[in-house]
Amino acid sequence: MIRAALVGLGKMGLSHLAILRTHPEIDVVAVCDTFGMLVNGLNKYTGLKTYNDFDEMLDKEPLDAVLIATPSRFHGAMVKQALDKNLHVFCEKPFCLDVAEGRELAGLARTKGVVSQVGYHYRFLGTFIEAKRLLASKLIGKVHHIRAEAYGPVVLRPKGMTWRSSKAEGGGCLYDYACHAIDLVSFLHAVPNRVEGTILNKVFSTDVDDEVYATFFFPDGATGQLAANWSDESFRKMSMQITIWGTNGRMRIDRQEIQIYLKEESDSSAGFRRGWNTHYTTELTEPVWYYLRGEEYSMQIDHFARCIKDRNHLPVSSFETALQTDIVLNKMIEDASIVRAIDDTNEGASPSRFKKVPKRGIAASFKRLLRRP
Amino acid sequence: MDRILFGDNQFFGVNHMSEEKARQQAARFQDLQAIIDVLDIVYEEGIRVFMCTTQDRMVDVCEHFRQQKHRYPGFKFYPCMPYAHKYANAVTEYGLLGALQRFLPSSSKFAAMWKGSVSVAKRDVEGIAQILIDSEMNMFRGLETPVIFLQNVVCDLLLGLGYKDGFRIFADHVRRKYNAEAGFITMNLPRLLDVLDELGVDNPIICSNINKIGFRMCGGIDLYEKTIATRKFRPIAMSVLASGALRPREAIEYVARQKKIESIVFGASSRANIKQTKQLINELSAAN
Repeated sequence: MIRAALVGLGKMGLSHLAILRTHPEIDVVAVCDTFGMLVNGLNKYTGLKTYNDFDEMLDKEPLDAVLIATPSRFHGAMVKQALDKNLHVFCEKPFCLDVAEGRELAGLARTKGVVSQVGYHYRFLGTFIEAKRLLASKLIGKVHHIRAEAYGPVVLRPKGMTWRSSKAEGGGCLYDYACHAIDLVSFLHAVPNRVEGTILNKVFSTDVDDEVYATFFFPDGATGQLAANWSDESFRKMSMQITIWGTNGRMRIDRQEIQIYLKEESDSSAGFRRGWNTHYTTELTEPVWYYLRGEEYSMQIDHFARCIKDRNHLPVSSFETALQTDIVLNKMIEDASIVRAIDDTNEGASPSRFKKVPKRGIAASFKRLLRRP
Repeated sequence: MDRILFGDNQFFGVNHMSEEKARQQAARFQDLQAIIDVLDIVYEEGIRVFMCTTQDRMVDVCEHFRQQKHRYPGFKFYPCMPYAHKYANAVTEYGLLGALQRFLPSSSKFAAMWKGSVSVAKRDVEGIAQILIDSEMNMFRGLETPVIFLQNVVCDLLLGLGYKDGFRIFADHVRRKYNAEAGFITMNLPRLLDVLDELGVDNPIICSNINKIGFRMCGGIDLYEKTIATRKFRPIAMSVLASGALRPREAIEYVARQKKIESIVFGASSRANIKQTKQLINELSAAN
């Protein structure tokens, strides 16, 4: 049995806990949270051993693995503590708000030889797994553009009271929604190596972004666009869709179906015909031993357990892959601060007609205007 | 329980097969009258139970049935609570404690306690649960609700956490206050039945996916068939068509063959589909 503990009993933490407790090879020996009422209730009604201090739990409990589902800003320090104790670590997404820290922790996990996983659960959805397989088989030819979209109803009013509405704590649509879309694009195609035109916009929030847009460039020459908006009430829950254009057609994927348009049938298109093809989640989903909200949540926990058992240090969603996603997120934040103004006085001088200008005050712009002949 | 129960997914943009179809349905049923029109067909076709989530839009549906009660003699509601997204979104927005505060009626003694001293309330999970159940049930006042279900996200969350007392609290409260039987919706039927047996819940009503391809039947289709055939409980089959992956006749044939399945819940939007599904259930139930 894998002796595991969990810290952070928010929405994801409770969901993980329910799945962990039913896993035949995992023994949840303790949980930790600072919310006294919840911790006391769990202890009283489920018999779980509970702590309100993470250090104390790590010191007192003999563990093999720890699951971290606290607000994002605590991830780095808690992962470090767990790795220092040579524990296998499953950390909720996003991995680390600080890329340097994330890099160090990914390195440390590698050195220690422990399993490190991050909760990018879309990588465990039947439709996206199948899409990855089909893309690798070149079914739609050479990929030249990818569009990733994530919409949902999280912040619909101008107020917010949780850590998700605080920038310093890793809140915002970028860290909550966009990171999933970026991670999925990296999973399906490649990690973008350049980002431009990032928009981090507030709709209702005061401290964090509610909508995120960006253009990606991939090492193989393909391009991509991202749109994420967590202030969209027209969706009942988070909806993720990826559309991929290739030289031989188009593929559109969400959690429920894959729609493929093929220009021509080829050797790799076994089972697919010219024109439209649709495959549904009902055919693509592997059964799980326990279901709560979606197979993917159970599958990622089972994958973690299997990696520990098999001493497989390359899980599907590792610290390494999540670090790549963090790096893209960071590049986007940097990119969003660059102002690219259209400068009509300098036409022809810049090949793109867009010139990067540093952010300046209104007075500076006004002076520039006055200097014109 | 009636043999045929009518479900509500189609009304509220829930479709496990296609997001686009879900959106189309949500658009089609955004006016109350569109929902009432379908429920009128359901009634005319002789179906007498509407099994529905307690989401906000049901408030108006219930109001219609209260006002026009004379038009629907014998019509019953099987509420399924809570509507999980309502709570999940609130937890994301306000945090666990904040969400709880929002859903506790401001007049309740617990709301006052929150403001004063959390420690007073902390031991009384049962009291809070009862208030939440009552607030969900408020929309059904004056209507017949002989069975009240614990919806699958919460049911399976409690099951996984091992919060077994939750099932007892729910069953006791709906029986005492609403003179109703508790029902449980789950994706993990055999495991839930083990726990309900352990708690001594006799002959429980359990609604779960039961379909020919084993879609979302945790524990596996063989164990489901064996559980249904050999154990004491009242099974309701949902997701019989596996979200549309199966043709209606073979889907219903599979369920009808299992004699101990008491009821089948299905959803549809047109008279033709409602009529056809009902006829198939009747025909295949008689044949098996």
